[in-house]
Amino acid sequence: MLVGVAFAIIWMKDLLSISMLSGIYGLLSASFFVAMDAVDVAFTEASVGAGVSTLLMLVAITMTGRSEHPVRHKPLLALAVVFVTGSLLVYGTWDMPYFGSAEAPIHQHVAPRYINDSMQEIGVPNIVTSVLASYRAFDTFGEVVVIFTAGIGVLALLSVVRRQEDIEKIDSFNNSMHEQHLVLRIVAKMLIPFIMLFAFYVQFHGDFGPGGGFQAGVIFAAAIFLYTMLFGMSTAYRVINQSFMQILAASGVLLYGSVGVISLLNGKEFFDYSVLSSNPVTGQHWGIFLVELGVGLTVASVMVIIFFNFAGRSENSPPPVSKDS
Amino acid sequence: MLLGHYNYWIVIVLMMIGFYIVIAHGNLIKKIVGLSIFQTSVFIFYISMAKIDGGTAPILAEGIEQYSNPLPHVLILTAIVVGIATTALGLALAVRIKEAYGSIEEEEIQNKDNLDC
Repeated sequence: MLVGVAFAIIWMKDLLSISMLSGIYGLLSASFFVAMDAVDVAFTEASVGAGVSTLLMLVAITMTGRSEHPVRHKPLLALAVVFVTGSLLVYGTWDMPYFGSAEAPIHQHVAPRYINDSMQEIGVPNIVTSVLASYRAFDTFGEVVVIFTAGIGVLALLSVVRRQEDIEKIDSFNNSMHEQHLVLRIVAKMLIPFIMLFAFYVQFHGDFGPGGGFQAGVIFAAAIFLYTMLFGMSTAYRVINQSFMQILAASGVLLYGSVGVISLLNGKEFFDYSVLSSNPVTGQHWGIFLVELGVGLTVASVMVIIFFNFAGRSENSPPPVSKDS
Repeated sequence: MLLGHYNYWIVIVLMMIGFYIVIAHGNLIKKIVGLSIFQTSVFIFYISMAKIDGGTAPILAEGIEQYSNPLPHVLILTAIVVGIATTALGLALAVRIKEAYGSIEEEEIQNKDNLDC
């Protein structure tokens, strides 16, 4: 725990190699989550914090320049504000329950029901999955929509319309650059299928072990990122159709939503999966399966869309010239 | 039991580091990093509240009585992925600002805007 803090403090005084540090920070917090018994969360943080976010930050930095101005506005005032807020928060913790105590109020409300009854009601050993995809499915639906919206936002901000000659120009550039890394390419060729296989395992095994749509989506996207980095944008564009990815993202949300609508049409509540099969528990299995599939589809394709738009922009446009207006 | 609250204090320290970066630095990307530290501190806060001494990961198995609380795990699991999506949106905005203004330093952007008026 303390290591994480130490790292975060180092961070404050360096340049934009901070993105590398943020990767380390992500990995550290993932291991912290394992220590706290939150395996599902650790899984997500390891793939997101240590992998995808570092990558996106690096791509963004190639476009915006890596040096930071040393000027800070009123650091003393800021420090004072931070210090006062911090001490008020510390004062607030006096009434909090002790760390790790089983009597804390958070463990008294719905959690016992999830732990005691979810096996009979849902029939899935991983409680996190059953809460995520069944008890709180409506919540998760909202989050998937947020991710989808963020994808649309990035698309609206950064999307590049490619002309044919551009693609050819990039082609020649790419080929000269990417042919050098022969070893990397061969190793990656061997690795990528396994990463994808692992993503599918995580996707469909989420009921029993840690895993699920969110993690699988990110891991799958990471495999595609790796491919793109080693073989160049133009090859990746040929392999993965952009508009297909967009349709995939939308259909993930649609799949999730329609599961809810089906249960509405059958006279039950939104996301009541028991209608999906004659046996309520089997119905729950189907519901969770479909919903997680929708989540996985959306997350993977949104991540790929975001990455392609960032990377496409950086390879496409030479260092931007400031326009005089 | 003076140290019984140490998890909250670490969260507060992390959160304040993130907060300081957000208000004291002018670089937009640095601000986004600060925001994500802030965000992570909230994640750690939730997860540390879910922990029970002697509990295990919330995957049902025979012979285990004590599980940690699954609900915060669910909330944070989705929050992390939503967090990366919104961070990406923030980075996209920063890239666009760089293209429009030629800089991602807050003060230079403001100077340019003032000149335009």
